[in-house]
Amino acid sequence: MTVVGTRKLRKEDPKLLTGEGKYVDDIHVPGELWMGMVRSTMAHARITGVDTSAAAAMDGVHAVYTGTELSEMGLWAAPLPCAWPVTEDMVNPPHYPAATDEAHHVGEIIAVVLADSRYGAADAAEEVVVDYEPLKAVASVAQARDGADTAHSEHSTNKAYTWALIPDPEALDSAFANAVHTVEADFVQQRLIPTAMEPRGVLAIPSPAGGEITLYSATQVPHILKVMIAATTGLPESKLRIIAPAVGGGFGAKLNVNPDELLAVTLANKLGRAVRWTETRSEAAFSTHQGRGQLQKIELAADSEGKLQGVRVHLDADMGAYMMLITPGVPLLGSFLYTGVYDVPAFGFTCDGYFTNLTPTDAYRGAGRPEASYAIERAMDLLANKIGVAPEEIRRRNYLAGGREFENLETASTLVFDSGNYTPNLDAALEMADMNALRAEQTRRREAGETKHLGIGLCTYVEICGLAPSRALAGLNYGAGGWEHAVVRFLPTGKVEVVSGSTPHGQGHETSWSMIVADKLGIDPDDVTVLHSDTAISPLGLDTYGSRSLSVGGVAIAMACDKVVDKAREIAAHQMEANPDDLDFAAGSFTVKGSPDKTLPIQAVAFGAFTAHNLPDGMEPNLQEQVSFDPPNFAFPFGTHVAVVEVDEDTGGVELIDYIAIDDCGTQVNPLIVEGQVHGGIVQGVAQALWEEASYDSDGNCRNPSLLDYLVPSAMEVPFMKLGSTVTPSTSNPLGVKGVGEAGTIGSAAAVINAVCDALRPYGIDDIEMPATPARVWRMIQAAKAAQNGEG
Amino acid sequence: MIPATFDYLEVDSADAALAALAEHGDEAKLMAGGHSLIPLMKFRLATPAVVVDIGRISELSYIDDSGGHIAIGALTRHRALETSDLVKAQAPILAHVAGQVGDPAVRHRGTLGGSLAHGDPASDLPAALLALGGSVVVRGPSGEREIAASDFFTGFLETALAPDELMTEVRIPKVPNAKWSYQKFNRRAQDWAIVGVAAVLNGESRVALVNMGATPIQAGAVEAALAAGASIDEASAKAAEGTSPPEDLNGDAEYRAHLAQVLVKRALTEAS
Ligand SMILES: Cc1cc2nc3c(=O)[nH]c(=O)nc-3n(C[C@H](O)[C@H](O)[C@H](O)COP(=O)(O)OP(=O)(O)OC[C@H]3O[C@@H](n4cnc5c(N)ncnc54)[C@H](O)[C@@H]3O)c2cc1C
Repeated sequence: MTVVGTRKLRKEDPKLLTGEGKYVDDIHVPGELWMGMVRSTMAHARITGVDTSAAAAMDGVHAVYTGTELSEMGLWAAPLPCAWPVTEDMVNPPHYPAATDEAHHVGEIIAVVLADSRYGAADAAEEVVVDYEPLKAVASVAQARDGADTAHSEHSTNKAYTWALIPDPEALDSAFANAVHTVEADFVQQRLIPTAMEPRGVLAIPSPAGGEITLYSATQVPHILKVMIAATTGLPESKLRIIAPAVGGGFGAKLNVNPDELLAVTLANKLGRAVRWTETRSEAAFSTHQGRGQLQKIELAADSEGKLQGVRVHLDADMGAYMMLITPGVPLLGSFLYTGVYDVPAFGFTCDGYFTNLTPTDAYRGAGRPEASYAIERAMDLLANKIGVAPEEIRRRNYLAGGREFENLETASTLVFDSGNYTPNLDAALEMADMNALRAEQTRRREAGETKHLGIGLCTYVEICGLAPSRALAGLNYGAGGWEHAVVRFLPTGKVEVVSGSTPHGQGHETSWSMIVADKLGIDPDDVTVLHSDTAISPLGLDTYGSRSLSVGGVAIAMACDKVVDKAREIAAHQMEANPDDLDFAAGSFTVKGSPDKTLPIQAVAFGAFTAHNLPDGMEPNLQEQVSFDPPNFAFPFGTHVAVVEVDEDTGGVELIDYIAIDDCGTQVNPLIVEGQVHGGIVQGVAQALWEEASYDSDGNCRNPSLLDYLVPSAMEVPFMKLGSTVTPSTSNPLGVKGVGEAGTIGSAAAVINAVCDALRPYGIDDIEMPATPARVWRMIQAAKAAQNGEG
Repeated sequence: MIPATFDYLEVDSADAALAALAEHGDEAKLMAGGHSLIPLMKFRLATPAVVVDIGRISELSYIDDSGGHIAIGALTRHRALETSDLVKAQAPILAHVAGQVGDPAVRHRGTLGGSLAHGDPASDLPAALLALGGSVVVRGPSGEREIAASDFFTGFLETALAPDELMTEVRIPKVPNAKWSYQKFNRRAQDWAIVGVAAVLNGESRVALVNMGATPIQAGAVEAALAAGASIDEASAKAAEGTSPPEDLNGDAEYRAHLAQVLVKRALTEAS
């Protein structure tokens, strides 16, 4: 019986659902001190004085340090890291955990209080008096580009870099020169505040005698954090142990190296006492990086049939105040996807990164790719309208490989797509959505003059995941590799331990990895224990982001299992007095070909490897193997999403009434987990389309830092989603798997806005800015009605 | 966010609550469900030195038939209103509106008295009280007084309650045959209304508006127009008259004025 492919319930859920899972904030040690952050209340200001005397005198306050004092204490060996300097001449202003003389965004740390209690730390932080000399704030990327003020007063421009990918400039120019139809559109990717259920938190525990420090952090990247803490603090990496205990979601916002993590480690080390901090929800809007923040321009050139000849894209990307770990690279992750699933002969992409006086941006579910699929999929609808064909028809005409199944296909953006088969996927979605019936209902409503307009939106996305190939990452100037590490070992009693380099924070690694191992070794998945997220237990790993865990880390585990079986075969052959090649391995037992009664279970082999009484000459005892897998290529999942909305012309209200998604993530290990990922991903994309936006005033203050005004949707706001899948195995790894953690988000925002625009087509409205709030929709309808009346 | 330091005092009777108020004066704040007060304290917009927890005063949690009206203890939870057979039979709009407040967690903690005493113009229950023409009973050092709903909401988050008074009861006229409608327009199910409209038609027409001014208000122009025999279209066109809607990320005043007209029309149409 194979386990892979079944809807096995998640192993980790009973623990998490009953409160047994321990998050950072649940872990306490005696004598711990709480950090309270004094944060800048101004987006851009010179700091002329910081008076900590009142705070320092409060009961229960152990110490108060200003940014200047911290830097004089010699805690930093280097600024906070940016691992992705996308160009040689990229501007990267020094960024330390606390500001010294100039604050560059609201929420930047200016001083740190250490107190006996969390509340005491917050009270004392209130008592620190900061004198500011306000400077002009750069409060948007447009202002950064067009205005005279600079976000960093020592800079003469806000531009951080220009990055270009134009494989054949002449071909691109001629595609546009010869185009019959062109489309030009500008889109705004508003800033989003990542909102994991668990906010970030840290607890650094020193061992004063041994000089070691254990950092518990609500992080996606314990391994990367370890390297980076060593590099930024000068503490020996061998003295650092990072543990990510139960982590309640991350969505990219927990893949950074943050000021609070560095403060906790260095202050714990200095004071010889444990130091902790847990972000409040409102604090998260300032202390954790944000997502998106791009102005996009996309141009399409097409022939008379709507067949694409060229795609040209320019982005102005909002870096925020500083470069965090991969801030500048996020737009690049999308760059290769602006041609979508289409066969585009000529392509060009340029991106200018700008500094603003806003919270830094960085990866957020999809990181660059939702932006890309939004732009191309919105633009395809505009093209369809222009030449008067249905959205699905324009897509069919342009699919790579004519929509037929392909493997290893080079695209105009220079990447080689591992596999695809787009037409059947589209057809499945249209059928599940019952597109003809929807269109008939839309027409009926229009003809009846009803005020609730039906809109149907399509998105056929492709994404790039499984970060990975280290060589390809090198080509992009990325500062690390993309391999993943796994260890698989039999314990003497026949149970199996897996050490995973990728670190779960909600994805269900323990379940999926057990399933892979169960099939590979022919054992019960409940006999597999997955160890992870502690650098002392799992010293090698590159962690979880970019939908890479399964297609890199899961594959490493499968490969380690193969090595285990190979070694077991040698031992079994030796013990059964057969040739290794004459042994079959199935259902957990070795049998000699042709004599089915001669069998040896792998657990017995494992025990034999443990006792080492009777091993082949020269063979090492124990049954344990490790693999570092570096895939030859990325994986390219794809799918078709259909959103159905109802737009109330009287209120401007948009209701999502149906959602259909057919995703193709290659071979599925656990369809239940796949669906869970798709559900959450879709809602996060719908949230960008309809609800979420970090809104800033012209002074750079966030107007909606709390969940009262920052509208994260709940289950009440989304319909019961209809999901299906097609399976086109990846050629990038032996399991044929692709990632699915971000796919939902990458497909859904465009589907929803395409649906809203489809509903509003009778008004001549062909675009609306995200989020499509009722007020915004109503205003557009009013303007369109006025224009129509004016004409009529 | 983290509130400033405060002392916590739990009381188990109305008298004890009044005594605590008398003792601590302006320094004290009553806490019922805490679902409006605690957020303010966490933002440090409210920094009471003493929080007097009245949430467990069981003598103030009841729904009684008092002959001419329904008497509801100030500490009655939204959920109890939502599910009360008496309220559903005699003032169904109140049960319905209680079911529109926030989400189930909020409805199990929030109290009718707290919602009214908080006086938030964006809240649902004050509009229901206005549309029903109910009243509240308050007790203070000098005894008990009854305040009509129309006199109760005096300013932004201000009511006719004095700092040393406790609301004990809410009185709701029985209107078993009234026609009614509640229209709440928001972006997520758990949110406060961007604009809301409560209408009760029972011989005379009462229409109250949510989030259209500094206080929960009645749509006086609509009520007058209906009394003068105007059609629904004519009356609802006057929905925003005399209002001063707030502006926020959900919409500006013009949009809210428009929404008020749409929702009044829908309410009157549904109720008629
Ligand atoms: C997530 C969330 C969503 C919500 N959504 C909605 C919504 O959609 N619609 C809506 O209308 N409300 C909503 N609310 C508010 C909720 O209904 C509150 O519970 C209610 O407004 C206040 O009731 P309370 O019992 O919690 O009062 P408290 O917060 O305890 O008190 C509020 C104020 O009233 C005073 N007070 C309380 N009881 C008395 C009394 N008996 N006498 C004198 N003064 C008193 C307190 O001193 C305080 O000033 C929401 C709240 C939350 C947290």
